[in-house]
Amino acid sequence: MRILGIETSCDETAAAIVERDANGRGLIRANVVLSQLDEHRAYGGVVPEIAARSHLDHLDRLIAQALEEAGSGFDDLDGIAATAGPGLIGGVMVGALTAKAIAWARGLPFIAVNHLEGHALTARLTADDPAEAAFPYLLLLVSGGHCQLLAVEGVGRYRVLGTTVDDAVGEAFDKTAKLLDLGYPGGPAVERAAERSARRRAEAGEETPRFRLPIPMRGRDDCAFSFSGLKTAVRQQLERLDTPPGEAEREDLAAAFQTNAARSIADRTARACARFTAEVAPGRPLVVAGGVAANKVIRAELARVADAAGMTFLAPPLKLCTDNAAMIAWAGAERLALGLTDGLDFRPRPRWPLADLADRAPPGAGAAAQAEAGA
Amino acid sequence: MTAPPIADPIEIELPDLAATRALGTALGAALRPGDVVALSGDLGAGKSELARAAIRARLAVPDLEVPSPTFTLVQTYEAPALEIWHVDLYRLERPGDALELGLEEAFADAAMLIEWPGRLGDALPAARLDLCLSVIGAPDTGGDGARRAMLADPAGAWATRIEGLRP
Repeated sequence: MRILGIETSCDETAAAIVERDANGRGLIRANVVLSQLDEHRAYGGVVPEIAARSHLDHLDRLIAQALEEAGSGFDDLDGIAATAGPGLIGGVMVGALTAKAIAWARGLPFIAVNHLEGHALTARLTADDPAEAAFPYLLLLVSGGHCQLLAVEGVGRYRVLGTTVDDAVGEAFDKTAKLLDLGYPGGPAVERAAERSARRRAEAGEETPRFRLPIPMRGRDDCAFSFSGLKTAVRQQLERLDTPPGEAEREDLAAAFQTNAARSIADRTARACARFTAEVAPGRPLVVAGGVAANKVIRAELARVADAAGMTFLAPPLKLCTDNAAMIAWAGAERLALGLTDGLDFRPRPRWPLADLADRAPPGAGAAAQAEAGA
Repeated sequence: MTAPPIADPIEIELPDLAATRALGTALGAALRPGDVVALSGDLGAGKSELARAAIRARLAVPDLEVPSPTFTLVQTYEAPALEIWHVDLYRLERPGDALELGLEEAFADAAMLIEWPGRLGDALPAARLDLCLSVIGAPDTGGDGARRAMLADPAGAWATRIEGLRP
């Protein structure tokens, strides 16, 4: 089946065409994201295109481009999927209404997709063999706005094992980059600064780090995250310096931040691995999603944690870790394959936790039943 | 009709995180529909922590998940007879962007806790509570630094309530 996906829930306007074959194998025919990163950089900060009007201005063109790249027309489609939440309600309405209009005009099924479900199912789209990412698996979702550990037991079946009590990790990276004047986007800027710090310290033979920061939540008996205190600790270290920080000091501080953010994530994820193994199943994959998955230090920590827990580590390509419409089209395809569609009266939801999707799982079907259905 | 009395700005010392949370709890209890609280202060000053305490207190759910609204820009909460908007304009550069979020409509009915309110420019309502957090001194351990809160009521909207926010 061939699905058009639409994503407009936050900063990105995106459209994609994705196919799913009878064996559950996914193929991306087109994946168009309107990213204005170069314009953002000129401001030295983020200028999100949050306005519903902005999504409206660009969406039709992106859909046409996606169809053209896929060599498709509306007649070749089997369903229309759109992000229906969570997110900024104005943007979500633009995407959902556009999808409903196409579905109505063409007599196609409409599928309302939870944005987080899109991230949660991406590994199944990108796996070389669908069996690699069969249910259940443990998901770490780390991005600018989200930081959660989830047991993914089937389409619509998500159990939150832990989430952040304050800031998401991507937000902590961005704000730390701002505090240290490292530029935007913050994640790659912190990572590059940390690499320069490591090189310089190796050349100078420095063994003891110049800065000591806390490792948030380490050793706690749950799977929760917290990054607000780490960000504040960076600021306090800066203020304690007698002179304005030089480049070396800022890079060393960035390195200390990144090391401890990664250690905290590793500690929390290791705990979730143990819980998942005991409560759900042993030997299942650890999957990472979200833009922060691009960070090489965090990736290496996660690979180590998965290995120690006897789990394989799956990380979708970076392009599909950040917000995109291919994941929305894919989640739509997974739902449609199970016969799950939505009425044109579906109301977008600005707040829509993944744990609330139980009423949108196939009736009476657990992971095993979904596996039998070829999911 | 005479203008409402305008209270003098008050200063509250917040020696630790618990004191910041206590101020948030008092603020949450005092909120009414139509309130605008402009929460200012540097990165890490404790704005989100204070807003979190206010929301948890008003909804009477001590462990309620109150994520940072930095990336989502707006998070809304339903308290009994009151909708609370937790807004963070940190990522915005143009006042016009903020209005696209539907803030103007919400100013009338909801209680708004707005971080980085300066991004609103002239669109920030005059009838509001200004609450500015600053860090005083840096402790040697942890993130429990001492803060100071400056509260001001530029148009008299909080004349009868501002004193009640003192510990």
